[in-house]
Amino acid sequence: MTTVARKHEDEAVMAHLLRRAGFGATRDQIDQYVARGYEETVEDLLNPSHGEPEDQDLMDRYFIASVEARSVGHADPQWSWRLATSEKPLEEKIALFWHSLLAVGGIKLDHGLEMLTEIELFRRVGLGSFRTILFEISRNPGMMYWLDNQNSHKDAPNENYGRELLELFSMGIDDMGEGDYTEDDVKTAARAFTGWASKPTPPPFFLGPFPMEFRFDASDHDNGEKSFLGETGNFDGENIIDIIVKKRATARFIAMRLYLYFVSDEPDDEEIERLTDVFQETDGDIRSILRSLFNSDHFKSAAVRFHKVKSPAELVFGAARLTDRFDIPDMDSSLLANQSLFMGQHLLNPPGVEGWHEGEEWVDSGSLIERINFAASELGRVEAPGIRRMIELVELAGDDLQPEEFVEACLDAMGSIDLDNGSKAVLVEHAGQSGSMGSADRIVEMFQLIVSTPDYQYC
Amino acid sequence: MANNSNGHSKKNLVVIQLSGGNDYLNTLVPYQDGHYYDFRPNMGLRGDDLIPIDDKLAFNSHMGTFKSLFDQDKMAVLMGIGYPEPNRSHFRSMDIWHTAQPTTTSSEGWLGKANSIIDPEGKNPITTVNFGRGLPRALALQGVSVASVGALESYGLYTGLAGASNKDAMLDTISRIYQPMADGGFPSRRILETGRGALDGADLLREAPRTYSSDVEYPEDNPIAQSLKGIAQVMSAELGTRIYYAAHGSFDTHTNELVNHALLWDQLSTALACFLDDLKQQGKGEETVIWMFSEFGRRIADNGAGTDHGSGGAAFVIGDSVKGGLYGEYPKLGLADQLEGDVHFNTDFRQVYATLLEDVLGVESEPVLKQKFSTLDLVRS
Repeated sequence: MTTVARKHEDEAVMAHLLRRAGFGATRDQIDQYVARGYEETVEDLLNPSHGEPEDQDLMDRYFIASVEARSVGHADPQWSWRLATSEKPLEEKIALFWHSLLAVGGIKLDHGLEMLTEIELFRRVGLGSFRTILFEISRNPGMMYWLDNQNSHKDAPNENYGRELLELFSMGIDDMGEGDYTEDDVKTAARAFTGWASKPTPPPFFLGPFPMEFRFDASDHDNGEKSFLGETGNFDGENIIDIIVKKRATARFIAMRLYLYFVSDEPDDEEIERLTDVFQETDGDIRSILRSLFNSDHFKSAAVRFHKVKSPAELVFGAARLTDRFDIPDMDSSLLANQSLFMGQHLLNPPGVEGWHEGEEWVDSGSLIERINFAASELGRVEAPGIRRMIELVELAGDDLQPEEFVEACLDAMGSIDLDNGSKAVLVEHAGQSGSMGSADRIVEMFQLIVSTPDYQYC
Repeated sequence: MANNSNGHSKKNLVVIQLSGGNDYLNTLVPYQDGHYYDFRPNMGLRGDDLIPIDDKLAFNSHMGTFKSLFDQDKMAVLMGIGYPEPNRSHFRSMDIWHTAQPTTTSSEGWLGKANSIIDPEGKNPITTVNFGRGLPRALALQGVSVASVGALESYGLYTGLAGASNKDAMLDTISRIYQPMADGGFPSRRILETGRGALDGADLLREAPRTYSSDVEYPEDNPIAQSLKGIAQVMSAELGTRIYYAAHGSFDTHTNELVNHALLWDQLSTALACFLDDLKQQGKGEETVIWMFSEFGRRIADNGAGTDHGSGGAAFVIGDSVKGGLYGEYPKLGLADQLEGDVHFNTDFRQVYATLLEDVLGVESEPVLKQKFSTLDLVRS
C-alpha cells in the first residue's frame, strides 16, 4: 500500500469507528483522531469521564419544561441536545443501545422524568459489567412498573419480568422460540423477584411527576426454596441475575446484540463466538468486549463498512452534527427528536419491550422520504459553520477538478465517507453535466445528492 | 348481530382521529338529564348551544353538519363506546385504540395489519395514505409502506429544499440511482426497491391534485378541511388507495373548553360538509365510509374551566352506505352509575373495528383483532 493509500485507509477506518461508536465525525475531527491513533481513540471513547456535564445547568434553563419532565414530549429536548452535541459519543451510543435492548416504553410509563433517569442510568453503567447493568435495571422503578412487577406478589407471582429478563434481556431464544431455560425457570425467576417493585407515586396531574423510587417489600417476597437453571437455594432477584450472567447463552446473546448494533446487520458466527469468549473471560465487562470488537481486524475490514442501516437517530444526529450549528440548547436541537420520530424512532418511547426492529426494517417508503429530505436540508445549511468548512475543504482540493475528483473531494469533506461504484458513477455523471463544479451552490448540491443515495442510508 | 360479512366489500375507509380526548358529554348532550347540569355547573350547554335531535339528546350547536347527516340517516352515532378497564393516559389509551389490544402492548397497528392483508405483496406503496407527519401506530406494521403526506402539492423529495436551483436535475439523478438490480448487491435490493416505490408513490400522489377538479371550496385556514381535501384528491385519482387517515385536535380541553371545543367542532363540521359534497361530485359517496373516534372521553364533572381525562365516549360512522341512527345506550350519569367519575362504556370499539374491517375493507377481522368480535349492522353492502 502506498503512503497515500495508507493514509486514506487510516482515515476511512477512523471515520468508520466514529460512525459506529458515535454519530460520525467531521473531516477535521477525523484528522485529530488519526493523529491520536486508532487504539488510543478507542480507549478515549471507552472511558468517558463521568459526572454531571457542564452544560446541564444551561440546558435546564433553556428547556424549563424538561426539568422533572412530565411526559416524553417534555423530556426529549434533553436527550436531543446530548445526542447532537456530546463530546462523549460512545456514552450516548451505548445508552441508545441499552434503551432499545432493555426497553421501557413511554406509552405505558408516561413519565418523562423517569425515562431520562433511565438514560442516565445507561450512561453511568452502560459500559461496565453486564451484571451491574441487569441488577440496576431490575431495581429501576420504571422497569418494574413497565413489566408489571409491582403486581407480582408472594402468593401470586406475575411472570412478566421473569420471562422478559430471560428471553429479551439475557439468555434469548432461538428462531424456534426455544431458550436454554424452561417454563419452570421463568416461574422461579418470577418468584425470586416478588417484592421488587416501584413505590407508588402520586398521580402527575396537576403537580407534575414525582421521582419514582424502587422499593423492596420483604413481606411480599417469596422466601421459599427455588430451583433455577439447575441450582437450588433461597434465591432472590440478585441471585437469579448472578446465575444468568454466568451462562454461555447470555454471553452469546449480548455478544450478538453488540455485534448487530456496532458491526453489521449480518451476523458473523465466528466473530460472535470470539466476542462470547471475551464476555465469559471478563465476567461480562462491556468495555472489554467493545475494546476487543473495535480493535479487531474484522471490525476494521472494508467488508463490514457501510453494512449497517442507520437508525433514525444515527441518521438525524449524524447529519445534524456535520453542521456544527448547536451553540445553545434551543428549539433547533430539540426539534431533532421530532425528525427521528417522523422516521420511525420515537426516542424515549420504544414501541414495546422488544425495542426497535433494526436493520433494513428501518427503511420504508414513508421514512425514506423523511430521511432524504431531512439530510438534504441539513447539508443545505450554508450558513452553518460545519457546512461552510466542508465547502472550504472542497474548494481547497483544487480549482480545476475533474467530475470524479470533485465527487471524491465532496465525500472526503463530509467525513471520509464512500459510495458504491454504481451510485458514484451516476453522481460523477451529474457533476459532469451541471457545470461550474467549484461554486458553492454546486458543492452543496453534491452534498445533498450524496445524502440522498441509498448508500448513505448505511453507516 | 352478524350481517352480510362476506368479506367482499371493497369500500374505502377514511379515519378521522379526534386527538386529545373529545368531551363526549358536550358533543352529544343529554340536555334533559339533571345530572348533566349538576356535574357541569360551568361547562353545561343549554339553549342556543344545543341542536336537539330528540327529547333526550342534542348535538353541540357547532355540529350542524352532523345534525343534517343524522336527519338523512347517513350517520351512525355510537354512544358509550370504549373498552374494559379504561386507561386515562393519552399515550396508552390512543395506543389501545391503534393496536386494538387493551391488555397487552403491541407495535402492530390494526390498519397496518389490514393493509398487509389487502396488499400482501406490498405492490402498491399507497394502499394507505396518512395526512400528517410521522406514522400513527394504527398504520404501523413492519414491512408495510405507508405514505405520510403533509401537503400533496409539495409531497416528495426535496420539496421543502431552500435554494436548490437545480432541483429537476437532482431528482433525475436520484431517480437513476434508485434502480433495483440483481439480489445480493449493495445497496440491497430491498432498499433500492423501497426507494423506487417511494419515488413512484410520491410522483403519483403529487400528480393527484392536477387531475382533480371540483367546485367545492375547502377553507384554507382549516387544517382538517385541507387534509380532507387531500383525501378527496387522492380518491379522485384512482390510485388504489383504500385507507386514508387524518387527525384533528387537540381536544385536550382541560381549560377554556367552551371556546376551544366549539372551535374544533366548527372546523370539523365545515370540513366534513365540504368533503361529503366533494365525494358526491367525485362519485365516491357510496364507496366511502368515514370513521371518527377519540382516545377517551372526559370526566363527567367539569373542573371549572374545562374537563379532565375520562373514559368512554362517542364515535361516528358516516357515509351514504351507512345505516344511520343511535347505537348503544347513552350512559347514565348518576353517581351510582359512574366509573370513578366517568361513564361506563357499553359498546366495545373492537366490534366497530370488526365491522369496518369486514363490511368496509372486506378483510377478515379475526386475524387483525386477534379475537372474534361480532359485527354491528352499520353498513349496507
